[in-house]
Amino acid sequence: MDEQKKYNDTLSIGALREGFVLDHIKAGNAMTIYHDLKLGKLDCTVAIIKNASSDKMGRKDIIKVACPIDYLDLDVLGFIDHNITVNVIKDGKIIEKRTLNLPKQVVKVISCKNPRCISSIEQGLDQIFILTDEEKEIYRCKYCEEKYTGKK
Amino acid sequence: MAPRHLMSPLDFSVEELHKLLDLANDIEKDPEKYAHVCEGKRIATLFYEPSTRTRLSFEAAMMNLGGKVLGFHSADSSSASKGESVSDTMRIVSCYADIAAMRHPKEGAPLVASMKSLIPVINAGDGGHQHPTQTLTDLLTIRSLKGHFEGLTFGLCGDLKFGRTVHSLIAALSRYENVRFVLISPEELRIPGYVREALKNKGIPFEEVVRLDESTMKDLDILYMTRVQKERFFNEEDYVRMKDFYILDKEKMAMAPSDMLVLHPLPRVNEISVEVDEDPRAVYFKQVQYGVYVRMALIITLLNLEVS
Repeated sequence: MDEQKKYNDTLSIGALREGFVLDHIKAGNAMTIYHDLKLGKLDCTVAIIKNASSDKMGRKDIIKVACPIDYLDLDVLGFIDHNITVNVIKDGKIIEKRTLNLPKQVVKVISCKNPRCISSIEQGLDQIFILTDEEKEIYRCKYCEEKYTGKK
Repeated sequence: MAPRHLMSPLDFSVEELHKLLDLANDIEKDPEKYAHVCEGKRIATLFYEPSTRTRLSFEAAMMNLGGKVLGFHSADSSSASKGESVSDTMRIVSCYADIAAMRHPKEGAPLVASMKSLIPVINAGDGGHQHPTQTLTDLLTIRSLKGHFEGLTFGLCGDLKFGRTVHSLIAALSRYENVRFVLISPEELRIPGYVREALKNKGIPFEEVVRLDESTMKDLDILYMTRVQKERFFNEEDYVRMKDFYILDKEKMAMAPSDMLVLHPLPRVNEISVEVDEDPRAVYFKQVQYGVYVRMALIITLLNLEVS
């Protein structure tokens, strides 16, 4: 176990010259975020670090991406987990820390599960969810008002 | 100018709503004054599921105003049976009519229609979601017969889960001061979470009970009965178990306050015994007439017509 911990703690990934680092991702969520942000489609270097040590979280995931910050959909990221820290890197240094907010609406990211909702049959209709309770982080389908209950 | 639609009773502010109800009361007093207001106008009634009262009420309303009616009354007799989307149907109907009323079994369908429509769209009921014109009817009935909404206790009884009229009515009445709700339903048919959440957030007092008895009825100003809706159940067995859960009869009415009004969106099945019909507190047939007046007022308002 101690040997494994030693390996975990000493694994290092090269520093980023330009891009962004998503820090404080809940351990185990990095791949979901990788898919939801469609990072696999970007023509740039992506590093995923799983189960890194964290004073604050115990274990955490980190994603490093070598591409301009504009490529990142902060709304989607805010919806997935607004506690993630977004560090913008230029010339190897953190030049900005972006705060994530819960987006007012989420378009084409999640689907309504209500079988009676028009979005289950209408062709070409965007799936849209509206933030109806910021404190409780409740999103409801724009069309049928059904609460989104899937895992974020 | 972008057309104005009606999707939820909350689309009208309290002031706009009262203006609409005032107009409906004026129509009730002097229907002749409004008999030619919609001459040359057409309403399209797009009914993807069966409805007698709501469709006829819209059609009667338009005819009373001197306008004409076109439309369909089941999905089978529309292009939906060929797979046409709601958006496409609405774009096409926009070329044929001046205003449309849509009923659809899928929740949110009228909203989707309104997004592409060039004419005002009225939600005439979408699945178990909203039924704003029934709410306008209910509000007009209550205001006309009680004089106000403030301070009243409303008992809503029956299928509170799928009963869209109930959801719309609660939302509309929640805007008035000192209202209180008694929600009477079997455990399985309680109000949906979002309705309960909204009441809690607004600090409106409500209680959820199972029995319709003297202790439940004694403080009610309004008893709003609803039908257990067979078409909303996926399982016949559940429907059979629930359908006769509440029956309002003479005996129960004897326990109710002398000025309590009984409303029902109709059609009723067994939940109100026919012997109650003669009770002066039973106003559900008057409600139907108010439904025509309020739809007339709504058509005039959404078409932005001047009445001289």
